Amino acid sequence: MKIVVLWTDWVVLLVLLGTLAYGWKVMRQPHLAVTWRKAFNTATGTSAATVLAVFLVIGLLDSLHYRPAIAGKADAYATETRSVLDDILHHQQTGRERSYSAPLAYQGYEKEATVIDGQATRAYLRLQHGGAHLDQPEQQWAADVLLRTVAGVGLGLLLAAAATALAVLLLARKRRQGLGQAWRSLRRGQVGFPLRAVLLTLTVLAVLAGVMAMLATAYHVLGTDRVGNDLLYVVLKSIRTALVIGTMSTLVTMPIAVGLGICAGYLRGWVDEAIQYVYTVINSIPYVLLIAAVVLILMVFIDNHPDLFPTSAERTDARLFFLCIILGMTSWTELCRLIRGEVIKLREAEYIQAAQAFGVGTWRILSVHLLPNVMHLILISMVINFSGLVLAEAVLSYVGIGVDPSMQSFGTLINTARLELSREPTIWWTLATAFTFMFSLVLSANLFSDAIRDAFDPRATHK
Amino acid sequence: MLQLDQLRTEIHSSQGIVVAVDGVSLAIQPGETFALVGESGSGKSVTALSISRLLPDNACIAAGDVRLDDASLADLPESEMRAYRGGRIAMIFQEPATSLNAVMSVGRQLVEAITTHTELRGEAARAKALDWLRRVGIAEPERRIDSYPFQLSGGQKQRVMIAMALATEPALLIADEPTTALDVTVQKQILDLLLDLQRERGMAMLLITHDLGVVSQVADRVGIMYAGELVELGSKAAFFAKPLHPYATRLLGALPDVDKRGHLLEAIAGSVPPLYQAFEGCRFAPRCYSATARCRGEIPPMYEMGGGHSVRCFAYAPEAAVPLVRPPLRDMGEGRAARQLGDQALLTVENLRVRFPIRSGLLQRVSGHVDAVHEVSFSLRPGETLALVGESGSGKTTTGKAILQLLRGTAVVDGQAMLGDIDLMRAGKAELKRARRQMQIIFQDPFGSLNPRMRVGEILAEGIQSLRPELDLAERRRRVDALLEQVSLPQSALTRFPHEFSGGQRQRIAIARALAVEPSLIVCDEPTSALDVSVQAQILNLLKELQQQLGVAYLFITHNIGVVEYLADRIAVMQAGRIVETGESASLLMSPRHDYTRTLLAAVPRVVVGEADTEVLLPA
Repeated sequence: MKIVVLWTDWVVLLVLLGTLAYGWKVMRQPHLAVTWRKAFNTATGTSAATVLAVFLVIGLLDSLHYRPAIAGKADAYATETRSVLDDILHHQQTGRERSYSAPLAYQGYEKEATVIDGQATRAYLRLQHGGAHLDQPEQQWAADVLLRTVAGVGLGLLLAAAATALAVLLLARKRRQGLGQAWRSLRRGQVGFPLRAVLLTLTVLAVLAGVMAMLATAYHVLGTDRVGNDLLYVVLKSIRTALVIGTMSTLVTMPIAVGLGICAGYLRGWVDEAIQYVYTVINSIPYVLLIAAVVLILMVFIDNHPDLFPTSAERTDARLFFLCIILGMTSWTELCRLIRGEVIKLREAEYIQAAQAFGVGTWRILSVHLLPNVMHLILISMVINFSGLVLAEAVLSYVGIGVDPSMQSFGTLINTARLELSREPTIWWTLATAFTFMFSLVLSANLFSDAIRDAFDPRATHK
Repeated sequence: MLQLDQLRTEIHSSQGIVVAVDGVSLAIQPGETFALVGESGSGKSVTALSISRLLPDNACIAAGDVRLDDASLADLPESEMRAYRGGRIAMIFQEPATSLNAVMSVGRQLVEAITTHTELRGEAARAKALDWLRRVGIAEPERRIDSYPFQLSGGQKQRVMIAMALATEPALLIADEPTTALDVTVQKQILDLLLDLQRERGMAMLLITHDLGVVSQVADRVGIMYAGELVELGSKAAFFAKPLHPYATRLLGALPDVDKRGHLLEAIAGSVPPLYQAFEGCRFAPRCYSATARCRGEIPPMYEMGGGHSVRCFAYAPEAAVPLVRPPLRDMGEGRAARQLGDQALLTVENLRVRFPIRSGLLQRVSGHVDAVHEVSFSLRPGETLALVGESGSGKTTTGKAILQLLRGTAVVDGQAMLGDIDLMRAGKAELKRARRQMQIIFQDPFGSLNPRMRVGEILAEGIQSLRPELDLAERRRRVDALLEQVSLPQSALTRFPHEFSGGQRQRIAIARALAVEPSLIVCDEPTSALDVSVQAQILNLLKELQQQLGVAYLFITHNIGVVEYLADRIAVMQAGRIVETGESASLLMSPRHDYTRTLLAAVPRVVVGEADTEVLLPA
């Protein structure tokens, strides 16, 4: 086995480390800790964070890549780059059908040419994997699905019960109470932290996951696409793409927007004029055009340098990487303008003038006095931008200039769904799947960013 | 006519239930002016909002009653309350700039108020509006009626607000700090106007203010509030003849004036207690010299002292009265060492002129200048306090900033300023650094002048780090510790953030920051005008003591004549960017020569305290 760290994997790891480091810093700074606690103090915010955390774990599992060794050979590895998520979903990845099949189906969606009793005819054929264990599917299917669903619900509830028990145990230990008393205060929501909401969200998620898991061993829960890929697998793989695009583009945006915004606002004069002209010009170019041009150039570059990208995974990853960079380079103007305005206000603040009276250098004023005071704006716009960028990926892939067509993403899913909706009979499940997952991801990100904005925005009213 | 009966208003906050107003009972007769006085957080504004039922969503009247004539306002449904509000009860607020709608002409706003509450419509309403503008003393009302708020001055806006409030002919006018945001000469005009109109209409007025000078000028009766309670209630004459409650006497003692020059002011130590707790004794007990075990363990009732004068203090209990202890008069230690004023001038300013460029056109070329300061000249000796006095917009802050070289790049500064041997206006980078070690600044707003994201230790060390880079970490730590000692803050303050401190404590931090580089000159830009009277006394005492110990000179920028009398050695009066009069503090205040100085001094509301039998000047 050979560990492979793709470019975007580096980014994911760095973001993870950065978040952990920031979390450590928050713990040590009381005023930050208080604000963050406020963000996690609403039921909506914490529930959204819980859902978001589940998405993050899936994305993280999909970011641990390796190339399996070829059996019997010492130093040779397969050309295929796999992730840990691929291993977990091995059954789904390999259980490929011939073509479309509806969710939970045991036979194909369309009639296929076949030979029955020596006679060529068209019929609905049994799927190779979905429901293959049933002898007489017409009679057994409904009972089997029901049984598995019930078992899944039971499994989910069991998991949720375990989580609740753990929470009660920890709560009782922390508060030095009896278990019964801890459970009662948890049930009444008198814990100070919306633990009840988190546990409810976890219960819903566990039941859904349990049902999916029980059904997925024998069926294609969300159906299959045109070439027979299991949609559950595809959509779970899409999560990482969305997360990478969301976070990495934001990371590219931040230094440009913050650096230029603070400089323009504080230094004024020709620096301000120049920066304003730059972002006005960038704003006036249709960004789709700009991205299309860059993506085309990149594709040519990747095709001409096969030695730099030995596997197809690395090629598609490089395209994703550069797409993030170009998305970030085009979307910094809004935040830059916001920060410039805030800094113009702050530079008249008396503590800035006091620093000037001490002869403190410009660089120190920018970094020590101004930057920490616009940090809340940066954080707020970072979480709000995230969902916007996930949606932007969908739009770009739909137009055909997004990620590589072989890479699973919400955009490519929606792009294929466009054609499938216009055929007869309609393939509805691709769009439904992509919509549901993207909707939950973006909605939970938005709700969480709302909670963060309320906590960090000094103008927000705290009742 | 208006009667509050055991009014209790609660605010639900994250700390718990704050009882902002607790058991307030008072009555106001028609034609009477009742002044409700207190420091910030005493509950006086919440009382006003409870009467008009304009409380925020998280607050409610929990008990007690508000009666206007026969109606009980606390129980009225909102739809009926609306007829009272604006109709029978009118309100004017502190900030005229934000009370008027910026995108409607004042005439339209006035007509709107008239048509809402009277039968007049159309031309008749407009005629009435014109009439009101004339009565509140707006010149050329025919022209002004179509003006927008931004075209009017602060005083004119407050006049329009008064016209709007009175146009509905209310029975009760609630004025919440109506002159706090205005200059002292404008304040006098507005107060006179309010009194005239009140006399003419015979309406009742509830005046909310923190300014005892204003109270002595306009009030018929006075109520002193402390920590949500009324502590003293009486007629103005009785109150000022003999203030009873220890808090009231200490408050009057904390006012700076010329007679207290040699002494420290009577600062009230400590701060107003938070109101989310249950009180077991007198709320003022922790800060009171006379407090006994009884004061701490038993809640004092209101004692009627005759003549409608009542007080909430055990010192006036019919039996087993707590003896009153007078706080000792604290000396400056004048005998120890009189301040040494050097002969050599520390700072000489000659023909200082500051102009702000006006930019216009596509390329933002400079098309002209606004003159903020014209040919200002003065000098300052080491250890001396020069007060720069003037109304807002007179250029006093600009002068201070120009001397500190904070306007480089934003304004054109001409003239000469010598700090010792350094020519400030022409100083290069190294020389300016040397100059900055000798002059520092303290700002007005203790909330805006400290970086909210830096710890106090970092704030104090920053100046040393920047201007004395040769000092190592240990020496820096030692100096920061010494600074905290000087401004009497605990060592634990070092690792805390500014928002954890009260206004007065923050101002101490700002003073410590300025002292960090051991300057010989500190520009104090209204350092006490954002503070309550008792806290102002603490800060003035501190400044005076520091001057005594360190021999630092102050350029004291203020509009507060009381502070000037108490602190200044010499005074320079500024008007419209020019110094109109300079002189020794005593002679200038006793016999002002310039007309403007005379107007300014005459406009300052004065208070006569019977007990001390002295005339006291009060802050505007």
